[in-house]
Amino acid sequence: MPKATASVQTLLDNERLLTLLRNMLVQRAVDTRGFQLNRQGKIAIAMGSEGHEAVQAGTGLAFQRGKDLLYPYYRNTGLILACGFPLADVFRSQFARATDRTGGRNIINHITARDLGIASLSSIIASQCTHAVGAAYAVKLRKEPDRAVFCQFGDGATSEGEWHEAVNFAAVARLPVIFLCENNRWAISTPQAKQMVVEDVASRAHGYGIPGTVVDGFDPVAVYEAVAAARERAVSGDGPTIVEAKCYRFLSHTTDDDDRTYRSREEVERQRELDPVPRFARKLIDAETIDEAGVEQMRREIATLVNATTDEIETEPGPSADTLYGNVYAGSHEPWCVWETEAL
Amino acid sequence: MAVATSGTTTMNNVEAVRHTLYEALKADDRTLILGEDVGARGNVFLITKGFIEEFGPERIIDTPLAEASIAGVAIGMAMEGLRPIAEIQFADFIYPAFNQIVGEAAKTRYRSNGDYTCPLVIRTPYGGGIRGALSHSVSIEALFYHVPGLKIVAPSFPADMKGLLNAAIDDPDPVLFLEHKKTYRLVKGEVPQGHYTIPIGKADVKREGDRLTVVSYGFYIHQALEAAAQLAGEGMDVEVIDLRSIRPMDRTTILASVRKTRKLLIIHEDNKFGGIGAEISAMVVEDAFFDLDAPIRRLCGPDVPAMGYALSLEEAFMIPVPRMAEAMREMVNF
Ligand SMILES: Cc1ncc(C[n+]2csc(CCOP(=O)(O)OP(=O)(O)O)c2C)c(N)n1
Ligand SMILES: [Mg+2]
Repeated sequence: MPKATASVQTLLDNERLLTLLRNMLVQRAVDTRGFQLNRQGKIAIAMGSEGHEAVQAGTGLAFQRGKDLLYPYYRNTGLILACGFPLADVFRSQFARATDRTGGRNIINHITARDLGIASLSSIIASQCTHAVGAAYAVKLRKEPDRAVFCQFGDGATSEGEWHEAVNFAAVARLPVIFLCENNRWAISTPQAKQMVVEDVASRAHGYGIPGTVVDGFDPVAVYEAVAAARERAVSGDGPTIVEAKCYRFLSHTTDDDDRTYRSREEVERQRELDPVPRFARKLIDAETIDEAGVEQMRREIATLVNATTDEIETEPGPSADTLYGNVYAGSHEPWCVWETEAL
Repeated sequence: MAVATSGTTTMNNVEAVRHTLYEALKADDRTLILGEDVGARGNVFLITKGFIEEFGPERIIDTPLAEASIAGVAIGMAMEGLRPIAEIQFADFIYPAFNQIVGEAAKTRYRSNGDYTCPLVIRTPYGGGIRGALSHSVSIEALFYHVPGLKIVAPSFPADMKGLLNAAIDDPDPVLFLEHKKTYRLVKGEVPQGHYTIPIGKADVKREGDRLTVVSYGFYIHQALEAAAQLAGEGMDVEVIDLRSIRPMDRTTILASVRKTRKLLIIHEDNKFGGIGAEISAMVVEDAFFDLDAPIRRLCGPDVPAMGYALSLEEAFMIPVPRMAEAMREMVNF
């Protein structure tokens, strides 16, 4: 399995390195705030991506806004932000306000933003993978240049038949897709070893005749490099790639889960020592891309922004019950089990 | 029915579907067909024969043998602006795609509050009476008609096939298009030339009468009409409604007919329990109970898991014309 590596100094300019750092700090702040809001009883559930920050910042940097399409999964708050999704809309989703892009219908983090190329998603694991493939088919059929489709999923998702069908279809049709596995080692309480006997999800790529890359998911630059290479392959017409970013889920699956019932504190602590957020900040400080005070200031600005945003969104009203029947079908605001045909 | 050009052509149902698909592919670049063996083979019933040569393999897609991805990939295409027409080779093999159709296609517009839509047609041949046995004979409409967000049509006259398939292709939401395979070559009819649509959700009174309302669809609508013709010879005029669309269902036409005839017989091949007839009879009892002069009756497929292969077993499953005529007579004389 080829391992992608990258060094901070050589690859990216300072501006982009700071974009990565900022995005990682925002993700962490949004997660922290979400869990607080849930404990305060203000939102029904929270779901964090702590431990995925580097994967999502690096992937988001490779995503070309205005060109690429993203088919996300539910643990992608950082990624959608990195792809241009507004912070306020993240909290509108968390608070299920009328202003939420789904009108308060879809559960937290299940957003939609067609204007930004970010697809609507359900909670059905791996079901978005075939949609991403269909989208990539449209891109290829229309010969749209320099456009790729990003398909995100977890390690558990790769056990679903639909995941395999999606990868195979994309491989056969040589479609411009990047299959990005955010391997956090757990699917709720099920560890990777009970999910598959292979060590690397990416090794499954060989079975479909496409390349698979394993990358350190705690290193945003390495992730960027691997995803950018897969994107290059996609837009060159060479077909899909599986990129597997090894990361870890620091928090419980959601606020409705208690991970102490199935995994040891020692394991979590060991991973925490590798926490990509302070590590990347330290790396940039050591490289003199930013200084300690600069990081601290960035952190404070983000905290202020996140708190101000949530304070504001909290005051927005929830959706009216009248919206219940909207958008069942085009133009319908009625129950449609039967149809009065006098009007036809 | 809006007819652009005058004149008709005689076609069977296979020809009507083929002709409509062909015109749709010619008219709109965004339209494409995907499914198993739709390319060089031209679909197992030869509906798409020759299409791959004319429209190319990019638009006539022989997919891997995997139904969840046929539906799922088509959904992604629809979400990104194409107008896919997916084919499930036989309705019996739609189960792997159930998740995508029910969990995804039907909910795309609703869960995104209209940000994304899923203008998708899924065509599939269904129904028995062709020695197809357990896995080439099923009716699947009842498994799907419970689902808001989906539309389901099951026309079985060539002119209706064309008008409703055009409507399904134009429709901004997902439509399950069911083609009864026993009618494919058996049923011929006049098909208007030019482009036209028939509104989804509109039933058609195929025969007028005042003694009894019969509601049916699929292959059985043809048998019901045969039975009704026999009864007419006996001096009993039975009204026969071809449902054509299963969801949405044409309440207006059904209620108006029942209020006139005061009796209702529902005939379908799919089994009785929880079938389409259950919904029709519930609707009529809710809205026209006091107009009824007799208990509603349902003549349906037996509640067994599937249709047997042996001729005797298939015949025991299917309802022949004389049994339909007998049920009609009993209802008229009630
Ligand atoms: C089809 C389906 N089965 C089960 C679930 C319940 N479920 C939600 S998340 C999850 C684990 C997913 O794990 P993984 O794909 O590794 O993603 P992660 O949450 O670890 O990021 C399960 C079983 C679901 N949402 N969909
Ligand atoms: Mg996981």
